[in-house]
Amino acid sequence: MATILSIQNLRKSYAGGFEALKGVNLDIEEGEIIALLGPNGAGKTTLISTVCGITMPTSGTVTVAGYDILNNYRQARSLIGLVPQEIALEPFEKVVNTVRFSRGLFGKGRKDSAVEDILKRLSLWDKRDNQIRELSGGMKRRVLIAKALAHEPRVLFLDEPTAGVDVELRKDMWEIVEQLRADGVTTILTTHYIEEAEAIADRVGVISKGEILLVEDKDTLMARMGRKQLDVQLTTQLDAVPDVLAAYDLRLGDGGWTLIYSYDVNAERTGITKLLNDVQASGLQLRDVVTRQSSLEDIFVSLVNQPEEMA
Amino acid sequence: MNWTAIRAIYVFEMARFFRTIAQSLISPVLSTSLYFVVFGAAIGSRIDQVEGVSYGAFIVPGLIMLTVMTQGISNASFGIYFPKFIGTIYELLSAPISFLEIVMGYVGAAATKAMFIGIIILITSFFFVDIQIQNPAAMIAFLILTCVSFALFGFIIGIWAGNFEQLQLVPLLIVTPLVFLGGSFYSISMLPPVWQTISMFNPVVYLISGFRWAFFGVEDVPILTSLVAIAVFTSLCLGAVWWIFKTGWRIRQ
Repeated sequence: MATILSIQNLRKSYAGGFEALKGVNLDIEEGEIIALLGPNGAGKTTLISTVCGITMPTSGTVTVAGYDILNNYRQARSLIGLVPQEIALEPFEKVVNTVRFSRGLFGKGRKDSAVEDILKRLSLWDKRDNQIRELSGGMKRRVLIAKALAHEPRVLFLDEPTAGVDVELRKDMWEIVEQLRADGVTTILTTHYIEEAEAIADRVGVISKGEILLVEDKDTLMARMGRKQLDVQLTTQLDAVPDVLAAYDLRLGDGGWTLIYSYDVNAERTGITKLLNDVQASGLQLRDVVTRQSSLEDIFVSLVNQPEEMA
Repeated sequence: MNWTAIRAIYVFEMARFFRTIAQSLISPVLSTSLYFVVFGAAIGSRIDQVEGVSYGAFIVPGLIMLTVMTQGISNASFGIYFPKFIGTIYELLSAPISFLEIVMGYVGAAATKAMFIGIIILITSFFFVDIQIQNPAAMIAFLILTCVSFALFGFIIGIWAGNFEQLQLVPLLIVTPLVFLGGSFYSISMLPPVWQTISMFNPVVYLISGFRWAFFGVEDVPILTSLVAIAVFTSLCLGAVWWIFKTGWRIRQ
């Protein structure tokens, strides 16, 4: 697949000296859905704003389908649609007019059938003649998406599309993103909901303090997440893993009071029964047995906290 | 040049005007009528004629200029400030358009609205006084130039303003006094010599004088000076807009 968006060594420092982006590198393939996860203030919105032309990069290059966002900004920006985090809409304007405006603003001639199609897909057609101030919060978010799609972009940025929306609407948003993928639209969404990344993304990037810490296939991440850990707590303290249990690749934890066993929860045989039988056979007394699952959240938290630990 | 985008901004801004068409039109018509009643009837009955023109007719160009200047500024400043205030500016900044195109859309719409209201006032004044326009082409040209240059000035204020108070500040504290003291309701020649000299520093004097010349052929300052004045003012505004465009001042961080 071709790279549609290429970000190379992108830096952004604000006038006060704050460095919001510290050399971001990211290549995004055409047609994929990528979720950028990160805590508040990680630089997610700055990254999007810089790519979309709202803020100017301090250094680095960004190209959209080969067009540089500064030197060929007209071509680059006409390929991008942006759904901002905050609801920002002209309150007294009609839904259909504001979508038409967006289409025109991005240089596409008036085409009522295209606007109608977008409004219908976003369940806004019945509300087309309503003033925006009359709409509910969820409907307003849909209008923002409709505006972003009005010029038929190839790349869509969704900045925290489901922040503060109810479960039903969130599911609807995910469906919309799925539909767009079917049309070949590349979607980049930022979120701090891990389940959102899990539900719709092909790849997940983790961003923190202006740096991309990891970009990985969601399935690879999920596989890592599929690891489970069994803690066998003992009544006696051990110095080393007993030889009879050497085959299990166990670790000692809790100062020798716990045997730790990692296994793949998706595997046909987890080996737990055999392990527990062998532990019993070795004469060790069990105090308790605990299982734990490492989640994307654990991976995320450990990644995000790493720089601090190193400092 | 992205004409589609300029047109989109223009149409969207004009829609705002037509949404509030009643108040957009009734308010200037009402205030003009009041000016005629108060200045024309009450004061005019004592002044009779200024430079050979009946006082009621004499104030018409000044009244139009007064309204057109304040409307041009307020329309354009509000037009660009409002997207900043409600956050919809993101769309302008992320669109494949240049700053020049943004300016053309917003300033074009603001100037059109001001022009529209100026013409409404002219029509209203026909009901009160007898006016003959000696040089209609020059009148229209002056009107367009004033609308555009003050809309440009308003656009700059709208970009600069950080809150609604600042948005009102320049029009209220600088423009309104300059316009009132610029000879809207009197001829500069009626003032004591000291004030005549001071008035020469007021740019609005040149615009009103030129506009009045187009109506009646009378002028406080030579018409050429008036033309130079408006050219200088427009150039200054264009220069400021160009600088904003270059630096992204208050728009793009």
